Amino acid sequence: MDQQSITLTVNGRNFEFAAEPRKLLSDALREDCGLTGTHIGCEHGVCGACTVLVDGQPVRACLTFAIQMEGHEISTIESVGGHGTLSPLQQALHETHGLQCGFCTPGIVMTFEAFLRANPDPTEEEIRDALSGNLCRCTGYQNIVAAIRLAAARIREST
Amino acid sequence: MKPASFQYLRPVAVEDALRHLAQFAPEGKLVAGGQSLAPMMNMRLARPAQLIDLNDLTELAYVKEAGQWLRVGALTRHQRLAASPLVQRHCPLLAQAAQTIGHYAIRARGTIGGSLAHADPAAQLPLVAVTLGARLHLRRQDGARVVDAADFFLSAMTTALAADEMIEWVEFPKAQPGEAAAFRLFNRRHGDYALVAAAATVECDGGTVRRLRLGVGGAAAVPQALCALAEGATGRTADERWVAEVAQAAARQVNVDDDARVPAHYRRELTGLLVARALGRAAGLRG
Repeated sequence: MDQQSITLTVNGRNFEFAAEPRKLLSDALREDCGLTGTHIGCEHGVCGACTVLVDGQPVRACLTFAIQMEGHEISTIESVGGHGTLSPLQQALHETHGLQCGFCTPGIVMTFEAFLRANPDPTEEEIRDALSGNLCRCTGYQNIVAAIRLAAARIREST
Repeated sequence: MKPASFQYLRPVAVEDALRHLAQFAPEGKLVAGGQSLAPMMNMRLARPAQLIDLNDLTELAYVKEAGQWLRVGALTRHQRLAASPLVQRHCPLLAQAAQTIGHYAIRARGTIGGSLAHADPAAQLPLVAVTLGARLHLRRQDGARVVDAADFFLSAMTTALAADEMIEWVEFPKAQPGEAAAFRLFNRRHGDYALVAAAATVECDGGTVRRLRLGVGGAAAVPQALCALAEGATGRTADERWVAEVAQAAARQVNVDDDARVPAHYRRELTGLLVARALGRAAGLRG
């Protein structure tokens, strides 16, 4: 099939590779950019595990084709936190036991990176509405909601 | 769960998109947010040979006033419809409905043009368009036409759009003074398509209903505006009895499909319940 040269800007770095137009962004991130923190669950937009940011907005990587993302800024879980440090939300998830197997966690972190920037002081109902797009099969959602609330409070205090 | 191969074009002007569409019809498929098309392609329910990506046509992403109408560009994303002060003020039904679509990340990407063209029987925006009497402005390479929402949705996922035509913008009539709106839906999981949804606007004058618009989605292949019922329900006091009578009439009169998963009697029951909730809210009787 016809492969094309595709250049993606991910976490501030350019990745150039050859792929068909049908290559999903989720597969390109993992296979062509070597960024395996983005997880693939359902591949039809329901589970939220593959959520990344495109120009700051949360996007299902499995519902976009890599070729569509040329010229856009993609951020993945690898851009969150730093060497040996956690982001406020990652730290809060750690403290409140907001994950068990961790498969859904990158998608949740990326979703709420965007959400908390747009809604710094959300109600629990708003958090749950936004979280409804990320399925977790281990913990239930109580501790994830607690982590998001804790992270929101800490981010508000520090700014 | 991987899509079949396709060719890809990414026009930067509406004219280019229309030219591609004419050139490749009927194999060309427009993609905007892709929140319905991409899952269908991943599951190979859709296998377009030629994808034409509209996401660079940012001139089609807008909300603006045009006299008595609110004009919305086809590439306007659901998130913006829900959050836009202009939409909230002039077309609150549209803002409320947009807020209930899918999930946060889906709303960040999905577009009004895509939702209307996709025409899922249970989708929010087709229901709002039909309920409010929206006008869809369609374009092809060699012309343009306007189609009323009532004439646009032909059947499930089937519209009046020709193979070489695209939606350029949509106009919704502005809300009148004293008018309130409510959108209610029922689904089994938050963010799923509705089994049934109800949309209503109620315009009251001193407690008397001057104007009612009422629509039901999900019950059958296309969203339905219950115009005759709504007209007959005016001139009365907007109280709980009125709500109950209109809701019962809606449940009786609505066209319903019947299948094993969602039987007809259940669709009628949901219609009555959701119409009552929407009317109760729009008439200011309930939260």
